[in-house]
Amino acid sequence: MLATQVLASVVDCGEMTVEVPVTGLLDSCRLLRDEDGLNFDLLTDVCVVDYLTYGDDEWNTSDATATGFSRSVSTAAKKKSADRRFAVVYHLLSISENQRLRVKVFAPDGDPPVVPSVVDIWPGANWFEREAFDLFGVLFEGHPDLRRLLTDYGFIGHPFRKDFPLSGNVEVRYDPDKARVVYEPVSIEPRTLVPRVIRDDNRYQDALRTASGAEDSDHG
Amino acid sequence: MAEIQNFTMNFGPQHPAAHGVLRLVLEMDGEVITKADPHVGLLHRATEKLAESKPFNQSIGYMDRLDYVSMMCNEHSYVLAIEKLLGIQAPIRAQYIRVMFDEITRILNHLMWLGAHGLDIGAMTMFLYCFREREDLMDCYEAVSGTRMHATYYRPGGVYRDLPEEMPRYEPSRFRTKQDVKRLNKTREGSMLDFIEDFTDRFPACVDEYETLLTDNRIWKQRTVNIGVVSPERAIALGFTGPMLRGSGVEWDLRKKQPYEVYGDLEFDIPVGVSGDCYDRYLVRVEELRQSNRIIRQCIHWLRENPGPVMLDDRKISPPRRSDMKDDMESLIHHFKLFTEGYCVPEGEVYAAVEHPKGEFGIYLVSDGANKPYRVKIRAPGFAHLSAMDEMVRGHMLADVVAVIGTQDIVFGEVDR
Repeated sequence: MLATQVLASVVDCGEMTVEVPVTGLLDSCRLLRDEDGLNFDLLTDVCVVDYLTYGDDEWNTSDATATGFSRSVSTAAKKKSADRRFAVVYHLLSISENQRLRVKVFAPDGDPPVVPSVVDIWPGANWFEREAFDLFGVLFEGHPDLRRLLTDYGFIGHPFRKDFPLSGNVEVRYDPDKARVVYEPVSIEPRTLVPRVIRDDNRYQDALRTASGAEDSDHG
Repeated sequence: MAEIQNFTMNFGPQHPAAHGVLRLVLEMDGEVITKADPHVGLLHRATEKLAESKPFNQSIGYMDRLDYVSMMCNEHSYVLAIEKLLGIQAPIRAQYIRVMFDEITRILNHLMWLGAHGLDIGAMTMFLYCFREREDLMDCYEAVSGTRMHATYYRPGGVYRDLPEEMPRYEPSRFRTKQDVKRLNKTREGSMLDFIEDFTDRFPACVDEYETLLTDNRIWKQRTVNIGVVSPERAIALGFTGPMLRGSGVEWDLRKKQPYEVYGDLEFDIPVGVSGDCYDRYLVRVEELRQSNRIIRQCIHWLRENPGPVMLDDRKISPPRRSDMKDDMESLIHHFKLFTEGYCVPEGEVYAAVEHPKGEFGIYLVSDGANKPYRVKIRAPGFAHLSAMDEMVRGHMLADVVAVIGTQDIVFGEVDR
């Protein structure tokens, strides 16, 4: 039953990841929780990964040298298509079997992206989904109380999306004339904080090879 | 007849018993809670987002500031995740040092919890007693890393440096006479391991002292027995881990079930509760103090016998010795490269969890092959526990809210991240 649902499964670093389609998420989750021999009864974590800039270089200085500087992203890292932007990742734990499993589901393209909520299956998902909604703007259909959790009252935007600047959009200060706190657009220029890396340095050749080796076994 | 309405009340964000910045909106029917709605996020610093824009090593310091009463355990999880992705393992001595400091951290955390929890529900003396012992352990942090709290001591590939040969000592001042200083320095004459050993010698008697004050105390029992009861099935469904899960009677401890570092070679027991109330969770944590003490003693014994490296000898991950940099060009380059651009971690994703004093603390790390993480997700145990607050306090009295906050061992650094 689960086998028909699974899109891809990977074992990397001794951890298993299963990707399921968004339509079959609830069925698969219920199966994972209830089936003998699986019993994934504890949901440790729900989080969202925004794949918007996955594998992108931030430094655009290819003119500088023949090889150029880059963020040294793995050459195997591919650009993801639009409907593969937001992945919801569930970390499951089976206490009786002493096993862990990672379930990944890509939210279908849309604004906002929507995935079904697993609160009915694991009540502990409640706040994790609220947090994911708050920070990434992914809607969880069927969630009983999908309010913002971590950001300020009245906050605009979803700060953990990759297109949300690190410095934010607004800054606050106390205005003595108005005698209250005012919100203004940020005065900070966006800049890249990470130092550049020379990609074709010999010391990364091993790492690149293992990364591309893992990529090959991806779609087994 | 007059219409009776429920009363809505704000508990916090500035309340000494809220353990930080918790705003709890309580709906009260008389003095009975009908609904509790925690508003969190007042300490949100976007640690995960910040970590996405820095080389891997620069975020270790952020981890200390998550759960700021169990600093090194947070680091441990982050460092383990990086090591897993890099496919490296710390030298065995570093693993023992990490385990020893994990357990020192557990004692630090549980002492803080016991003191604050006691203070919240009326046991003032506990706070003073607990902080007396905490002080010695803080000194260990300082001796090994230079800071009393935010250590940044664990690094991918090992620990920052080996245990020091001597402990810092008190010096006479206007406020401390020579005799005082002599008495205070008595345990600090030897190496750091001697100091910790001396601590582990006297610590069990201290735990006895705490227990004399609390375990059979009538007031303590009235405040904790049958408060915030969670059944084992419910605890699992709600995602509880650590003492909160064990207090409900589920025997689950990552140190035993999925041993990391050298926990597999050490002897210790997992205490489990029976009824899943605040009192059982208190008993579980107190027993964990004793078990941690036991683990520390085993580590001290091993560390005395087995000198060795505490950091991987791989210049692509760990910095060279400062003395080498003086006359070796290669070392200088390695140092410069490591501290500017850092190191690249192969593409992939891992989840590394440790048995943190509060429960399962996990780091989910996604790397696209760059010198900074693509995504870091921190799985904080307190977050899952606090989300069950509503369920745990419903039907209890207002004063029991404080007992439940205490028993959950909430620290906002990790809940809000």
